[in-house]
Amino acid sequence: MTPPVHSLEAAATGPSSHRLGYPRFLQRILIEATDGSLAFYAWMTALTAVALVGLNAWAHQVSDGMILTHMTDHVSWGLYIANFTFGVGLAAGGVMMVIPAYLYRHRGMHEVVIVGELLAIAAIVMCLLFVVADLGRPDRFWHLIPGLGRFHFPVSMLTWDVLVLNGYLLLNLHICGYLLYQRFLGREPNRRWYVPFVFVSVVWAISIHTVTAFLYSGLGGRPFWNSGLLAPRFLASAFVSGPAFIIITLLILRRITGSRVGEGAIALLVKIIRVTVLVNLLMFASELFTEFYTGGAHAASARYLFFGLNGKTGLVPWTWTAVTLNVASAAIFLLPAIQRRTRLLAAACVCAFVGIWIEKGMGLIIPGFIPSTLHQIVEYSPSVLEWKITAGIWAFGLMIYTVALKIAARVFSGEMTLRGGPARLMSDVEGSRALIAPRWLPRRAPHHRFGPISDCCGRAGDLWSLASPTCSRKTAGLIRARAPFSSRVGSRPLAD
Amino acid sequence: MRETTGGPTTPTATSGGITRRTVLKGAGATLGAAAFAAAASPLLSTREDHSFEEFIQTHYQELTDEQLARVLERLEEEALEDYGAKVTIRDHRPLAGVKFGYAISLSRCNGNAKCVEACHKENNHDRATKQSYIRVLELPKGTTNMDEGRVTYDHAVPAPDKYYMPVQCLQCDNPPCVDVCPVEATWKERDGIVVVDYNWCIGCRYCEAACPYHARRFNWKKPEIPADEINPFQSYLSNRIRPQGVVEKCHFCLHRTREGKAPACMEACPTGARVFGNLLDPDSEIRFILENKRVFVLKEELGTKPSLYYFFDA
Repeated sequence: MTPPVHSLEAAATGPSSHRLGYPRFLQRILIEATDGSLAFYAWMTALTAVALVGLNAWAHQVSDGMILTHMTDHVSWGLYIANFTFGVGLAAGGVMMVIPAYLYRHRGMHEVVIVGELLAIAAIVMCLLFVVADLGRPDRFWHLIPGLGRFHFPVSMLTWDVLVLNGYLLLNLHICGYLLYQRFLGREPNRRWYVPFVFVSVVWAISIHTVTAFLYSGLGGRPFWNSGLLAPRFLASAFVSGPAFIIITLLILRRITGSRVGEGAIALLVKIIRVTVLVNLLMFASELFTEFYTGGAHAASARYLFFGLNGKTGLVPWTWTAVTLNVASAAIFLLPAIQRRTRLLAAACVCAFVGIWIEKGMGLIIPGFIPSTLHQIVEYSPSVLEWKITAGIWAFGLMIYTVALKIAARVFSGEMTLRGGPARLMSDVEGSRALIAPRWLPRRAPHHRFGPISDCCGRAGDLWSLASPTCSRKTAGLIRARAPFSSRVGSRPLAD
Repeated sequence: MRETTGGPTTPTATSGGITRRTVLKGAGATLGAAAFAAAASPLLSTREDHSFEEFIQTHYQELTDEQLARVLERLEEEALEDYGAKVTIRDHRPLAGVKFGYAISLSRCNGNAKCVEACHKENNHDRATKQSYIRVLELPKGTTNMDEGRVTYDHAVPAPDKYYMPVQCLQCDNPPCVDVCPVEATWKERDGIVVVDYNWCIGCRYCEAACPYHARRFNWKKPEIPADEINPFQSYLSNRIRPQGVVEKCHFCLHRTREGKAPACMEACPTGARVFGNLLDPDSEIRFILENKRVFVLKEELGTKPSLYYFFDA
């Protein structure tokens, strides 16, 4: 199974090369993260400003207490946990790129799959921050660390969530970090060091959202959440919101780089959403039927959510907005024109994203508490401070995502390498195709055809290819030739 | 985070001639770092409230006798410092051969809410929010549907055609709140009381979401109580003044009941609706009620097995 090791490559993998190479890699990342075009600076400065506003709000919350939020003993979770839940879905949604790329060897998806993996990293960091923001005593965070504190495992579902979320973060950090570092060194990644982790991450992605659903569905005292359909619903909506966000990302990247990056991936993601968006609506409708047809006290939360209860209608505008957006996005995704018209596609993605943000956030967490377990109706709407902290965490997540994408683009376009090192060595082994190209990949392009815009994935893919040998024609000798090629198709994305 | 990375790039300028970009980056990094420090500055004020000893304190069940003694001493000092009150904080342990049970007569309770007030005072609750572990539901006769209930009634009691149901922690034998706690900050003691280590709770409020009886309370802010109103007879797991940001709940007044006294709510009840006692003692009044009256528990279908019962006298 191990690929034959060429003597020159062996020379480059010695421990000394990492001692030099890895610090250099980190240094280049730092430079890349703080250097760029005017637009990059403007974007990052704006995000930093919002993140600092959030930090300041959080500092006040820690100092003066959570009385500064509008949460109460009746509605004891609010905007933070709503965003946490949505964020876990966003992180899990990236797996809809990983599965086609690795399980079905879809080349168009494989070329941009790192976009999904980086999204997972940014989204999980956001989720962890939302949990910290929700803690009354963040200074006691260490009580949650296994071995150091008292970890109530396996009884408390929250401990499961701590494990799966941090595990998913580490998995994706390893996969992305390893691939980027190897490409930085100008080396072909060793499959043994990342493919097993990729397959583990597929199962893990499902687990993070299932466990998050179990946090709620396992509570017998909260009828609105106490449904076996919650975890499948979470997954279905995650597989809408995640791919929708990735499509938006790819559309923005195409605009910035002026290339046609990710066309094949977008076409396939649209196909996936066409299924998941309907599955999600079906399960949503099924839940509503059960609630409203049965009626009684069990349906009180749903009645409050959709129509208001005893004259209290705080969530009614939220939920009808979500329903409208979800139905509209499903309708647009089903239009054949969506594969040709970028604006229509973007609109559908934004609708789906916002619709699910409400459905799975405010529309799911808050009605679980209304009416309360003693059937009192105390409403909740987030305070300005909660909005500030929430915006701050989103801004911080977007900063991570932006920087990560920028670095990945530089590395995969061959513009960020360890100069004069292994990159040169690799070119010496020109012609030894078997050394470089993984044997499990087809020699020719697979016969996938996903509508009219999916045909030209190969060309743009050179910029983004996760592991260049996925395209058999990209042999070792082409590594040297890549830089001029990528500049031709509009390289140096996200930067000047 | 990001702005600090700008720091190292500034010195490189000395080797090659200072470009405009380097100067701007340096200025941006300095501004960013200053903004970061300013944004985070409110955190400094919390440092005074949280001592390092408190930060490293281990779980209640892992404290040695000496450690516990030091903790209690520190908590007493903090009460004096923060509230100006001289208090005694003890550590009451469960008594052997005792399992506490509570029964409330719905025939007798008339909704006067003296129990709510007694709890408020006994347990050093925040004065402004009128916090208490007990809520009294006013229900129309002819239904047990809590949808019809009100806890915010404000009129002479008993109102005609109404009956009253006080709700507090039921000290379940199968408590969902204990199951969900990620750090074991809450647990069930041998005598059946579900307690919270206020110095271990991280304030995630998962227990509040899990409790089917709305029995748990969160300290959304630091409790405020005038020094002369503070009940100085306190216990670690019960009525000592709680820190900000942690969850608390009814503990059957364990600082009283583990000394053989009645809970404050029972002592305050003018109607005699409350009966508290040892379920393991076959001659106790509570055992007589459970064996001879029409008894029910709240939301029995959830399988929580409460230790607080309701009964009818008439």
